[in-house]
Amino acid sequence: MSTGTQAPGDTAAADAAPVAGPNWWRDEASEPIRRNLGLVGVLAALIVIGAVTRPDLYGDPAWVRNNIFTILMQASAIGVVTVGMTFVIIGGGIDLSVGAIMALAGVWATTQATQSFGAGGMIFAALTVGLAVGLINGVLISYGRLVPFIATLAMLVAARGLAAKISGKQTQVSSNLDINSIATDRILGVPVLVIILGLVVAAGWVLLNRTTFGRRTVAVGGNPEAARLAGINVRLHTLRLYALSGLCCGIAAIMLTSQATSAQAAMANLYELDAIAAAIIGGTLLSGGRGTIIGALFGVVVFSTITNLFAINGLTTEDQNMVKGGIIVAAVLVQQFRLKSVTQFLSRTRANT
Amino acid sequence: MTPPEPAGVVLRLDGIVKTFPGVRALDGVGLEVAAGEVHCLLGQNGAGKSTLIKVLSGVYRPDEGTVEWLGQEVSFSNPQAAMRAGIATIYQELDLVDDLSIAENIVLGHEPRRLGFVRRAATARAARTILGRLGHPELPAWRPVRALPAAGKQVVSMGRALSREARLIIMDEPSAVLAHDEVANLFRIIRELTAQGIAVIYISHRLEEIREIGDRVTVLKDGRTTAANLPARTTPTRELVSRMTGRTIEYVFPDRVESPTGEPLLRVDGLSRDGEFTDVSLTVAAGEIVGIAGLVGSGRSELLETIFGARRPDRGEVTMAGRRLPAGSVPAAVRAGLGMAPEERKTQALLLHEPIYRNITLATFARYATVGITRPGSEREAAERVAMLLDLRPRDVRPTVRTLSGGNQQKVVVGRWLVGERTRLLLLDEPTRGVDVGARAELYQVIRGLAARGVGILLVSSEVPEVLGLADRVLVMREGRVIHEAPAGSIDEHAVLDLIMAGSLMEEAAS
Repeated sequence: MSTGTQAPGDTAAADAAPVAGPNWWRDEASEPIRRNLGLVGVLAALIVIGAVTRPDLYGDPAWVRNNIFTILMQASAIGVVTVGMTFVIIGGGIDLSVGAIMALAGVWATTQATQSFGAGGMIFAALTVGLAVGLINGVLISYGRLVPFIATLAMLVAARGLAAKISGKQTQVSSNLDINSIATDRILGVPVLVIILGLVVAAGWVLLNRTTFGRRTVAVGGNPEAARLAGINVRLHTLRLYALSGLCCGIAAIMLTSQATSAQAAMANLYELDAIAAAIIGGTLLSGGRGTIIGALFGVVVFSTITNLFAINGLTTEDQNMVKGGIIVAAVLVQQFRLKSVTQFLSRTRANT
Repeated sequence: MTPPEPAGVVLRLDGIVKTFPGVRALDGVGLEVAAGEVHCLLGQNGAGKSTLIKVLSGVYRPDEGTVEWLGQEVSFSNPQAAMRAGIATIYQELDLVDDLSIAENIVLGHEPRRLGFVRRAATARAARTILGRLGHPELPAWRPVRALPAAGKQVVSMGRALSREARLIIMDEPSAVLAHDEVANLFRIIRELTAQGIAVIYISHRLEEIREIGDRVTVLKDGRTTAANLPARTTPTRELVSRMTGRTIEYVFPDRVESPTGEPLLRVDGLSRDGEFTDVSLTVAAGEIVGIAGLVGSGRSELLETIFGARRPDRGEVTMAGRRLPAGSVPAAVRAGLGMAPEERKTQALLLHEPIYRNITLATFARYATVGITRPGSEREAAERVAMLLDLRPRDVRPTVRTLSGGNQQKVVVGRWLVGERTRLLLLDEPTRGVDVGARAELYQVIRGLAARGVGILLVSSEVPEVLGLADRVLVMREGRVIHEAPAGSIDEHAVLDLIMAGSLMEEAAS
């Protein structure tokens, strides 16, 4: 019937959509980079505020160097948890149980029985407990089809309950000097805790950006149906994401235990909220599919810099929490503004020119 | 034969034009609707029916032309304005709030209230009056809408139109979601509405319904009115179909090459999913294009997804190159050499925020990785080769996929399965939906080119000319069953449309 050989009319119309020319870097692909620059700006502003309010301290280079490590050490355990959290959120989920998993892993690693196996036994116990609880979360969500919010909320309650039962509501002191020295030792002048944070962040970056695991994470969170129809095993991958988050909690549990030289059922309280907040202000989309590890790291560092700023000015944690709340709201508002208004504005002006 | 004189014209459209980038969806449509009549709108997919409805209901504003409503020229700036003026639209996806009650849905947006409190008794009274007018006083006013079957929801939707004192109700394929006896009830309600002087615009692909309920018919083709105010009961089917067919949009199909006659590559045996499709058997040979024609809701998309393993069949099996595929496993289907371009590009196929090349390699990126570490360079090269092959524009594969036009996005979805040339059979679901004419022709070239290289293709489309122009063999689906199969050369558009709408050839074949 309408079979013919003549060329179709003008196919140029097909390309009426905004053409990504030399300005492709202005496109969303580079959005994370620009947002990270924004966080660097926030960090710089916080340092300026610090320098203005306490010129005596900031005038001393030795104090400043030391303070940087203080801030990073404070960020270390929560930073490790945030890396795992970022993967879960990019993959379209949420993990409310991270603080509880840390408490359970910390308590399990510091029972007298575990401590008798030495530092290796304690680390093994913490990592295994973290991984196991993460796997349970993953199975409930992937194969039990529970909503992530509900499954991990239930785990939050249950894991802290188990931690309290194991510890008999007592603080368990770590008498293992190798474990305790993690928080105090330095290698080439850099605290071991900061090195661990650096290694986890580096590993997280490689995993997200340079591996098939990372690609699956983005696909599963960005469009689960498209991922499924492209032959990706969405359920298995979701399970792995929660296991990864659990493993990060196990690592963080050891770090926090060494800092406190003890563990108890109430440790790492509200870490889930700090980790989620850090990931979000770092540019991770709560609905999944987008986010960066570096942004999440910046998010954690911004929070611990604020804590530091309040501490050196002798202000209370109550004030600090109010400011933190404000920063979370402001960061999300800025993100929405960026994503919707600016891109629309740009595409409009580009279309008009 | 002169059409019956309209008693009192309530709505008159003249020369309505509506263009979208690359498409002239409405190109001078005229329509005239009288009070108390059921006016049927007929036309193939893409003829402009949906756009026309949206112009009438205030979703779109026409670029040119006049809308005259109750004797006055109007221009609705939004759907609320149209509703206030007395024009209500009942879409296929009913816009009800599932967790509110029947009564609350009926009065939604203008609840009887006093001092800011909703008056529940008055709400229930109003709802009961309206349900009575619709002939359904038995529906419990406080039952949540969620608990109702599709037919009941439709009644509630019409109730809402009545509570707004609508004088024109537009129904977009209302029977598509209904069982046979429910359609009879729908017709009874429509008759009651028209007896009260309400005008109804009725859209359906089923000729027998138009014959039964319709008063007059207006036919659209290519965004134009090709026939207006034909008597619905007496106009011969041949005339109606001929007004709808022979579309003038330039459909440039590449020349057909010799049909292959190889061994079947894909074999589907007695595949069924309850409520979706029944006992479907078909084969596709290497290099062969098999087209499935059928309406939305005929079970074709579900069939494709089941073959691909995205749904689990209740009965039947799928064999690929002599090996049975495990049920309900997409990875296994992909390993066996199947690929699928799903119906909904944006929700089922693309990661809109990700770069083009990552969308092209979404199904294959693991092949460009060594022990789990991706090699972005070689992956991008592979994507660029596909982009070259499909003539993707712009050629740069780094920007996000959302910057591409619809046609080029579709090329990405199809191109996904061409990376590394491992796909032996491609399932295409509505490959040209939302794609403009120029890009369509290119996609047709691509599909034919793939077949020429030995890829088997199973294609689903609601556009009959597309199926006939591309396929070597045509299957017609209606209500979940394959009712006809023929070589593309031996069947024409009329016959296919006839089968889709009435199933008449099936009855002939059965007798």
